[in-house]
Amino acid sequence: MQTLLISAILVLFLVVIFQIAKASEYVAMIRGYENARKQSNKINAFLLLAFLAIGLIGVYYCNELFKDKILGEPASNHGVLVDRMLYVTLGITFVVFVVTQIALFWFAYKYQESDNRKAFYYPHNNTLELIWTVIPAITLSVLVGFGIFYWFKITGPAPRDAMVVEVVGKQYGWEFRYPGADGILGKKYFKKINPANNNPVGQLWEDPANHDDVFVEQEMHLVVGKPVQLVIGAKDVIHSVGLVHFRLKTDAVPGTPTTMWFTPKFTTKEMKEKTGNPDFVYEISCDQMCGKGHWSMRGTIVVETQEEFDAWVASKTPQYLVANPDKDPARQMENTDAAPLTGAIIR
Amino acid sequence: MSETTTVHIADAKHATTHHEEHGHHQQSFISKYIFSMDHKTIGKQFLITGIVWAVIGGLFSVIFRLQLGYPDTTFPILETFFGKWAKGGQIQPEFYYSLVTMHGTILVFFVLTAGLSGTFANILIPLQIGARDMASPFLNMLSYWFFFIAGIVMASSIFVQTGPASSGWTMYPPLSALRQAGDGQKIGTDLWLISMALFIISSLLGGLNYITTILNMRTKGMSMTRLPLPIWAMFFTAVLGVLSFPVLLSGAILLLFDRNLGTSFYLSDIVINGEILPNEGGSAILYQHLFWFLGHPEVYIILLPAMGMVSEILSVNSRKPIFGYMAMLGSLFAIAILAFLVWAHHMFVAGLNPFLGSVFVLLTLLIAVPSAIKVFNWLTTIWRGNIRFTPAALFAIGFVSLFISGGLTGIFLGNSTIDIHLHDTMFVVAHFHIVMGVASMFGMLAGVYHWFPKMYGRYLNNTLGYIHFWVTIVGAYLTFWPMHYQGLAGVPRRYLDKSGWVNFNQFGELDKFITVVSMIVFVAQFIFIINFFYSIYKGRKVRTANPWGANTLEWTTPINPGHGNWEGDIPEVHRWPYDYGKDGREFIPQTEPVGASESKH
Ligand code: HEM
Ligand SMILES: [Cu+2]
Ligand SMILES: [Cu+2]
Repeated sequence: MQTLLISAILVLFLVVIFQIAKASEYVAMIRGYENARKQSNKINAFLLLAFLAIGLIGVYYCNELFKDKILGEPASNHGVLVDRMLYVTLGITFVVFVVTQIALFWFAYKYQESDNRKAFYYPHNNTLELIWTVIPAITLSVLVGFGIFYWFKITGPAPRDAMVVEVVGKQYGWEFRYPGADGILGKKYFKKINPANNNPVGQLWEDPANHDDVFVEQEMHLVVGKPVQLVIGAKDVIHSVGLVHFRLKTDAVPGTPTTMWFTPKFTTKEMKEKTGNPDFVYEISCDQMCGKGHWSMRGTIVVETQEEFDAWVASKTPQYLVANPDKDPARQMENTDAAPLTGAIIR
Repeated sequence: MSETTTVHIADAKHATTHHEEHGHHQQSFISKYIFSMDHKTIGKQFLITGIVWAVIGGLFSVIFRLQLGYPDTTFPILETFFGKWAKGGQIQPEFYYSLVTMHGTILVFFVLTAGLSGTFANILIPLQIGARDMASPFLNMLSYWFFFIAGIVMASSIFVQTGPASSGWTMYPPLSALRQAGDGQKIGTDLWLISMALFIISSLLGGLNYITTILNMRTKGMSMTRLPLPIWAMFFTAVLGVLSFPVLLSGAILLLFDRNLGTSFYLSDIVINGEILPNEGGSAILYQHLFWFLGHPEVYIILLPAMGMVSEILSVNSRKPIFGYMAMLGSLFAIAILAFLVWAHHMFVAGLNPFLGSVFVLLTLLIAVPSAIKVFNWLTTIWRGNIRFTPAALFAIGFVSLFISGGLTGIFLGNSTIDIHLHDTMFVVAHFHIVMGVASMFGMLAGVYHWFPKMYGRYLNNTLGYIHFWVTIVGAYLTFWPMHYQGLAGVPRRYLDKSGWVNFNQFGELDKFITVVSMIVFVAQFIFIINFFYSIYKGRKVRTANPWGANTLEWTTPINPGHGNWEGDIPEVHRWPYDYGKDGREFIPQTEPVGASESKH
């Protein structure tokens, strides 16, 4: 019923507009097309100027409205670089934007048709054209220079002391693997993936480096101030690890591992204070269309101090032991009262 | 110029005074309006088909905007129309993604490629270069019919049980390669790929024809540097298409193989729904290279014709020559070359080698230089003009404004450092809708308003044109400008509900606002459509051959040109097309010989 009403109103609206238009055509016919044309020329010239003025005010208003809802302080070392580049670009493009839009609409208004003016025959001017080729070229070279400089810093090799975390995207969630005490992620092979057997990543148990690897889902823990390298993969389709506050993002591609490194600057707690939002969490968004659950493919990150992190890791059982409970030293102790085998198993 | 389907009976009058061959033919309805080989009719077929697709594609966007603006509201009417896709009046995720995919595909390929190039290349090339028709009218007709069939196949995918393709208009595998991945990845995707293959054939047939015609069929005196800019733009457009569409075709065919024949071009190491697939050694990134090797030139395939027409329309209505004709040409050329060398800027964060990435940053930002030249030249063209604000001129000015706005955000995205943050966010959506979607649409509308009198011998209603323009430009900016802010906040694109996110849920009101505006803009387009179809039959009649006082050849044809365009000999050309306001004269048509006392420029 409601829809019917709305449709009726819409149709009515179109009919009215249409009638106005037809009427205007008759009026024009009576008053002469030339007169009508000249009058509408004036009106449109004025509207163009008004559009410019209102538009620029609108841009300012929009900015006031949203400026606190967008970037916030970048929370990683690389984020600082990204933001700096962003603001430099914003400054330059904003000036160009304002100048060219004003020129466009102002010229349109100023040089509207008038019986007293003849258009100026001005087919070209090489000097002018050279100027506005060279100036943009120089400006852009500067932007390219800075851009590439930062880009290499961001995509360059991770520091030696960086911790490593494996991130795996799947429809529709995130999985993480920590390398354990040896700092090495054990080998894996996708045909071994078998969540029912507690092997969600496809770890090869014969690789000893796998024996201390810790597996978690949905929530990643990182240490504040400590560089971290993410080794990124996907199980099914392409996903993308989007880290808004760190200003970073890298695709997760099945079959082609990717990496990305950064240093978190603030703990989750600190961010809660900075943002004034007690519910603040770092979120991982999937940024590459990956199927019907794409929009809900959310993970979270807890950034904490080294002690908190160590305690968290300690509370986790290596996946090897989850999958092979018979190898669990604690259990073996219960069963056989044998001497602790910790050292032998968790290398 | 042979008519194979009809008996050729030359009108007696024309037989005596003109070339018999190009008099009026008596044609059956079918050969005149359906399987026509007249470039003007084919152009109109492309245009009207494009309009139909634009309404469908636009309607889809309104539906998914409903979801974005009002994620918690139910719309029972949707269930009435779409059944299980909108169960309980709530748009289902599969349906949402199908809508987004169809919207993108339809608008990019069917409306802004076929509807734009197909229309204006067909109508303008022979008329403006002084030819009686295309080099091969028959292939030209085939081009339209392949496009038509591509459309039928695409439309049929909307009605299959599992629904149309839903992997986004870029159709990235492995998502698009795996039937197990979802409903939209089933038969709908095969139909999408088949439709694209047909579409590519259509566009190759058209493109080869446009190139051949421009190179070989210009009238006497029409040297390449006397060509009107729309023709140059169509020429580069066609070259881009001919060189890049085959690459997409290969990408699509490999994808069809992966889907149906068990090959592993794009597939490796995949476990989906618990099923371990045997494929190893393929590369999902390969597809992205193939896709964007077309995909980036494609955006210029969409933009260049609009640029060409805007140049022409601004010049005619400013009563002033286009400023820097050679620079306009040079920048078109530079854009066309660079368009092939920047594709990987869509893949900065796909795991590209960082060094390669930096090369693409350089090449990408280089493209801004010819773009800037064009903008400054347009500005100088209207500077000290005597501007007539016809609806076409207004849309052309709107085009320049939008191109500036959207081009500048390209400088953010082309810089890989910033793109890390902005890639696949709403910022990209804002960028390409403004610079490509809306701007090219403005160019296309400018073209329709400007050349309608030539197409149908009648005028469009001006008042409706003005209302259409103002609602559309205000609405377009209100719709897409605020999306930049969402993108800066990192809101990913293609998220149908953000309420579950702590950091993306601050734009609820804004999303409502955008939805309402976009619906108004959509409805406003019917002002144009009604105007268009009404004026074809009932518009004010054109009574002078050259209503805008323009120099180009199309205005030397009869008001309603028949098949063959000129009744007598094709006119000879003596000058460039932009002598407006020269030596105190309003305009000097290209057909006028250069006088002895004329000043040089
Ligand atoms: C100054 C010139 C321009 C530059 C530097 C530029 C740069 C870029 C970059 C780097 C992207 C990728 C963004 C991302 O996905 O993260 C992009 C996206 C896009 N650009 Fe531009 N652009 C420019 C002008 C244009 C023009 C003129 C058009 C169309 C006529 C256009 C159409 C598009 C489209 C359609 C996309 C998005 C494709 C998608 O992901 O769905 N751009 N642009
Ligand atoms: Cu995902
Ligand atoms: Cu591109």
